[in-house]
Amino acid sequence: MNWPLKKKNNGDGNSNGHIIEMLGITKVYDTGKIQVEALKGIDLVVDKGEFVAVVGPSGSGKSTLLNLVGCLDTPSGGTYMLGGEAVAGLDRDQLADVRNRRVGFVFQNFNLLPQLTALENVEMPMLFGGMGRRERRRRAKEHLDRVGLGDRVEHRPTELSGGQMQRVAIARALAMEPDIVLADEPTGNLDTGSGSDVMSLMTELWGQGRTLVVVTHDKTLASRAGRVVEIRDGVVVTDERAVA
Amino acid sequence: MGRDFSVIATLFFKASSLQKKRAILTVAAIAWGTVAILMLLAFGEGLRHQMVKARRGMGQNIAVWWSGETSKVWQGLPEGRRIQARLDDLDYLRAKMPSSTGILGEMTSWQTTLTWGTTTITGRVTGANWEYGEMRHHYPQAGGRFFNANDQRDKKRVIFLGNQLAEDIFGEVNPVGEILQVASVPYLVIGVLNPKLQMGTYKGPDEMGAVIPITTFSAQWSRQWLHNVVFKVGVAEDMPRAREEFAQALSAKYRFDPADEQVTALWDTAEGGKTLAAEMRRFQIFLGIIGALTLLVGGIGVANIMYAVVKEKTREIGVQMAIGAHRSWITGPFVLQGMTYTLLGGAFGLVVAIILVLLFQLVPVEGNDAIAFLGKPTLSAEIAVSTAALLGFIGILAGYFPARRAATVDPAETLRYE
Ligand SMILES: Nc1ncnc2c1ncn2[C@@H]1O[C@H](COP(=O)(O)OP(=O)(O)OP(=O)(O)O)[C@@H](O)[C@H]1O
Ligand SMILES: [Mg+2]
Repeated sequence: MNWPLKKKNNGDGNSNGHIIEMLGITKVYDTGKIQVEALKGIDLVVDKGEFVAVVGPSGSGKSTLLNLVGCLDTPSGGTYMLGGEAVAGLDRDQLADVRNRRVGFVFQNFNLLPQLTALENVEMPMLFGGMGRRERRRRAKEHLDRVGLGDRVEHRPTELSGGQMQRVAIARALAMEPDIVLADEPTGNLDTGSGSDVMSLMTELWGQGRTLVVVTHDKTLASRAGRVVEIRDGVVVTDERAVA
Repeated sequence: MGRDFSVIATLFFKASSLQKKRAILTVAAIAWGTVAILMLLAFGEGLRHQMVKARRGMGQNIAVWWSGETSKVWQGLPEGRRIQARLDDLDYLRAKMPSSTGILGEMTSWQTTLTWGTTTITGRVTGANWEYGEMRHHYPQAGGRFFNANDQRDKKRVIFLGNQLAEDIFGEVNPVGEILQVASVPYLVIGVLNPKLQMGTYKGPDEMGAVIPITTFSAQWSRQWLHNVVFKVGVAEDMPRAREEFAQALSAKYRFDPADEQVTALWDTAEGGKTLAAEMRRFQIFLGIIGALTLLVGGIGVANIMYAVVKEKTREIGVQMAIGAHRSWITGPFVLQGMTYTLLGGAFGLVVAIILVLLFQLVPVEGNDAIAFLGKPTLSAEIAVSTAALLGFIGILAGYFPARRAATVDPAETLRYE
């Protein structure tokens, strides 16, 4: 049996410990008439336990890059290894499995399923991962506890504030214990207060040894990251690690 | 497989069902289509039963031959000769027609005065062999009988009345046991025809005539020639052979060309029955197609609503894909939904159709000419099964096409933040 939770490689199983290894990645959007070259050759290596902030002006290709990292989309050129595994040539369902097991997504507009409760939203990736009902419930509760929403499990997204919704989304992203958490402007839709809550949560996750890649316009959030990658016009222009 | 099933089932039950209004409209459309197809088929079935019954009213697998004129010169004999069978030909024909299971002759007196007490009317009196009762479906009402071989041998003056004729003469009085004057000769009424549905007739409906033993008729009217001959076969397939035997036997006796259709032409109800059956089958298929189209329109309605749902839920579908849903987990619940609404509508439609059919059963046939002629709608297993199959098929299509649309959602594209 091919038990989907059985991880061949937990990100640290490969020799070099790289979770993301991108080489000469390009992405061209073909919109019929015009071709938009969103990424023009990205080299990016992220190790386990890193907190990477991706910054850059609007339209520079940050979201595009994040989608490729998360296997939501496939690159037009270059090679990409996620957790030591080449993702090129995987079919749609295999890519879905990779996303399910290795990647946790956090979106700017939360993207919770509106008709489900907070608990059910967090359960969803585990349902796709083939986990039993009881185990799902238990873990979902645990994750909600950890983001401080243990008393909101039966609430639906419409009954939650923006900050609470984003915390549910983070719990959902962590549900399958992914190799990497990807967040695209996680504080972009939040007021300063909830924004800084989410930021603290991110920093906390990093402290627990998780790997994060966060796209942000937010200087404060970027300053909390251990590494800042700046993109302009589809290429990496600076890549700085904060000295500890 | 196990995981696929449990994921699809869970999503199907978790997915917020359609808005109430939409769901009701959808189910109603399918229910209406189902009622339409079921009732059309049921009426067709009732009509078919009625037709078959009516055709059998005259008798089953029988052929009727009248006299004929030769149209060909044969063995030196000229054309234009009148060929007419006689009473004593019947034994000869019976011997020469092994494929036939019965043969009889009829003599007819058209305008005969029939008198009972002060009532006098004119009616049709047929002299026939005793086998007529069975072959021509002259079944008596309770308390009466048709005449038998002894009556025929003894030239008994007994008479069997058509039910309408009996009513015209006797009104409310039970005719059996009464004496009826037939052209001034007294006859004992021994039976009255049990009312029956009759479609074919060659000298007027049976309910309007009277029948007496052919020997009695021959004696009273001093007649030997037969107005017509009727013969019967056991199964319709035997009819062509029996007809051939009949033509051979008759032509040998009266010396004409057995291939002379002017003489041998007859009314073959077995053949007519086949045509009728095919005709009715075609009619039912026609009704079925009309019903199926109605149902198809309902199915398109379901598909349309499902398309709208897919469109509304594009972002949710994208989210599910982003967190690891396989394609079939996205499509499965939509297919199930399409099926569910269709089958739910179908079930409602079936219930309504059954109720309608049962209500029709309550309507009295008497005094309702339309029902007497068209019959009552009838549901059969065949109708139920074919409608269910059609519903299932439409249900799958109604879910499949919208689901296919859902599967093409590109998560990267839909989740882009505008
Ligand atoms: N699906 C698409 N089809 C066509 N062009 C696209 C598509 N997605 C992105 N692009 C283009 O690619 C370029 C990079 O877009 P991307 O969304 O990655 O930018 P971004 O850095 O995330 O910008 P922002 O900060 O505004 O979110 C832009 O020019 C954009 O118009
Ligand atoms: Mg972006």
